[in-house]
Amino acid sequence: MLVFGVIGIIFVITQGALVWSLIRYRAKGNEITEPPQIYGSNPIELAWTVIPILIVFILFLVTTRTIYSLDMQEPPEGALRVKVTGHQWWWEFEYPDLDFVTAGELHVPKGVPVFLDLRSADVIHSFWVPRLSGKTDCIPNRENHLWFQADEIGTWYGQCAEFCGTQHAKMLIRVISEEESEFEAWVANQKLDAPQVPTPLNGKEMFLSLACVNCHNVNGIMMQGGFAPNLTHLMSRDTIASGAAENTPENLKKWLRDPNSIKDECRMPNMMLTETQIDSLVEFLTTLK
Amino acid sequence: MIDKPYSPRSSKLHEWVTTADHKKLGVMYIVCGIIYLIVAGCEALMIRWQLAVPENDVLSAETYNAFFTMHGTTMIFLVGMPILLGAANYFIPLMIGARDMAFPRLNAFGFWLFFFGGLLLYFSFLGGQGLSGEEGAPDVGWFAYAPLTSTTFSPGSSTDYWIISLFVAGMGSIMTAINLVTTILTMRCKGMTLMKMPIFAWMMLVDAILILIALPTLTAIQIMLLLDRQFGAHFFDAQAGADPLIWQHLFWFFGHPEVYILILPGFAFVSEVTPVFSRKVLFGYPLMVIATISIGFIALGVWAHHMFATGLSPTVLAYFSGATFLIGVPTGMKIFNWIATLWGGQIRFATPMLFAVGFIAMFTIGGLTGIMLAVVPMDWQLSDTYFVVGHFHFVLFGGLLFAIFSGFFYWFPKVTGKMLNETLGKWQFWFLFAGFLLTFGPMHFSGFEGMPRRIYTYMPNRGLEFYNMLSSIGAVVQIFGFGLFVVNVLHSLRKGKPAGDDPWDAWTLEWSTTSPPPPWNFATIPSIASRRPLWDTKHPDDPDWKYE
Ligand code: HEC
Ligand SMILES: [Cu+2]
Ligand SMILES: [Cu+2]
Repeated sequence: MLVFGVIGIIFVITQGALVWSLIRYRAKGNEITEPPQIYGSNPIELAWTVIPILIVFILFLVTTRTIYSLDMQEPPEGALRVKVTGHQWWWEFEYPDLDFVTAGELHVPKGVPVFLDLRSADVIHSFWVPRLSGKTDCIPNRENHLWFQADEIGTWYGQCAEFCGTQHAKMLIRVISEEESEFEAWVANQKLDAPQVPTPLNGKEMFLSLACVNCHNVNGIMMQGGFAPNLTHLMSRDTIASGAAENTPENLKKWLRDPNSIKDECRMPNMMLTETQIDSLVEFLTTLK
Repeated sequence: MIDKPYSPRSSKLHEWVTTADHKKLGVMYIVCGIIYLIVAGCEALMIRWQLAVPENDVLSAETYNAFFTMHGTTMIFLVGMPILLGAANYFIPLMIGARDMAFPRLNAFGFWLFFFGGLLLYFSFLGGQGLSGEEGAPDVGWFAYAPLTSTTFSPGSSTDYWIISLFVAGMGSIMTAINLVTTILTMRCKGMTLMKMPIFAWMMLVDAILILIALPTLTAIQIMLLLDRQFGAHFFDAQAGADPLIWQHLFWFFGHPEVYILILPGFAFVSEVTPVFSRKVLFGYPLMVIATISIGFIALGVWAHHMFATGLSPTVLAYFSGATFLIGVPTGMKIFNWIATLWGGQIRFATPMLFAVGFIAMFTIGGLTGIMLAVVPMDWQLSDTYFVVGHFHFVLFGGLLFAIFSGFFYWFPKVTGKMLNETLGKWQFWFLFAGFLLTFGPMHFSGFEGMPRRIYTYMPNRGLEFYNMLSSIGAVVQIFGFGLFVVNVLHSLRKGKPAGDDPWDAWTLEWSTTSPPPPWNFATIPSIASRRPLWDTKHPDDPDWKYE
């Protein structure tokens, strides 16, 4: 990159001149007179006014050209569209054209541009997956855009980059890029309602009878929430609570016993559940494939 | 000479509390600044302890957030500002040959506003409630972005503490700035035209003007935010439909100039120290003045470079990126002029000079990483990461703090009549220098790796452990540097070598009077013919005024 070159050269020149003069003009301790007093020099001073101006002008032109060429406002051809909503402290991903919602982990097909509409439900967040693109803020009452393309298969880590309150540090992002066919399969599953599997410990009834449904949606079972992550296909995620913990039955139990033990002060309250309640809830949650 | 002009009683405490003397106020500002420096330094140490290893739990999320907020707020408003106002207060009258500031009592009032503002801010540790409603100091970050500060998301009183205490302290700074501008413009001694002022006075003048323009913006939005929080106004309340970006624009309209408000005094210290210890006149004085003034102007037009990731339009991005590049030009002129001052001199490496040279080197690096951040696409990657944290600590620690130490070692003999210990001073420099590089160098890399700022913990195996460990070790090394400083000051105050009037063989007016200076500064008001009046006295055969 041009910038690195320019900066590297300036760095070497200034630090070099500095070190050189420090060594060369060190007082020997036996000087009797003061050194010659040099008050200034118009040509030299003009040089280090004009040359930097030229350098800066070139940098400006180059930057401006990239800014315009990287314009983020228009979706590229054939892009997959995802609505990203930042919440304190988790991410919601809605695929408007495919008509489903998920949280915490963003699945994308490899080699296809992904165009994001970025918004926020509460305070300012910033969507950032360093290896895929720069960051862009999610601001309430505004919509920002960002697009990227993952050219390899893999899991890309990122996280919220604008301080958004107590658990800003645990507002993590995972982008999972996969082959077209795998992605299609994932999408097909996400579009289904929650599977109707018998729960001998009465997990489903328990879930419906507790306040869970006031915050969480489960498609095909109860849709009055929206404040909290959609749980319809909870088990298709590797992590819970936006990457704060691995998605294992043990961690789910820990989470239900006290969400604060995983993510202190998070917006899901400690519901003071008994161990029996927790067991049957986790039984139900683990059916949400 | 009257010994105690102010107080009919002769209690020391009474004398300091009631004083309107610019020198006493200057000392009080600086002493407070150093105490807060230690406090905010301890907060930083806790931060580094927490981040030394991934998923550490030395601090809870709430405490961590309060500590980084208080660290930043304190360093800027209770360390940087008072030390620079204190130095200006103490030395401007001495350097321009005046007996005091233009408005001595306003001066005292400004100090006490700062003093109580600071106490109020720190009282929040006991009296405030943070974001989560639990006990604690402000935890919304030093730039307190809306709408996190609205009562919905920040129900506790700590945000009100943040607003009111900075409002009070800020009023003090505004008054002192008015005082400085008036003093510099109207109270210069005979012969001292503007272009014959010490460069220190020029930089402080521009600084005070910047304070006058920028700080009232902060004061205004703080009042608006207070109205939001206490009286249900909706200036920044996103849930009532407000646009939260307005806060950011107005805040950074203050916040960016604030960076220059802090660094200009650093320039001022270094521009006095470098010539004296190179035994040469400052190279290119007029260009320095021009550069200072242009920095002042440009600094007012670059604020949105803090907002490149908020979705600004390409035109706006291009403008603010260009303006930010442009400010590199006058800054560069200064760096070149300092180096040219060293060039061909007889450089004496006393402690003030070590810190001054450290300043020039580290500030240059901070400036260059700043240029990188001005490149918008790069900023999208690096903004709000540890790269930025590294960048501004090169500017404010390697830059401003080194300049402060440089000035401190240089003028301490004038203020107290005692020399600081040179050996301890040099050890302090090397400890700080090594600790500084070790702490803040690696931050650039952790930022590149993807570490956002203001996170109280991070995940293992994302390439961050090594850099964070280095930073934390660096913080420990710094403890020795600061420790030596405190020891040195306490020791030298009692047992330091007597300084004499002019220990460094320097050239500006403050060295012509006694150390410490008498209450009215000069027996007779001096009159001068050049920028270096003492050079003229010492070299009557070859005086400066012939060349200026
Ligand atoms: C007051 C609203 C609220 C209630 C009631 C509530 N939750 Fe939550 N829940 C949340 C929020 C908010 C999160 C996201 C927390 C975070 O990541 O910061 C969450 C996260 C979860 C997660 C992790 C989801 C994921 O994809 O990461 C599970 C599982 C969960 N809740 C289960 C439950 C169950 C079971 C109940 C009922 C016992 C319940 N919740 C009740 C608000 C609620
Ligand atoms: Cu966030
Ligand atoms: Cu700035």
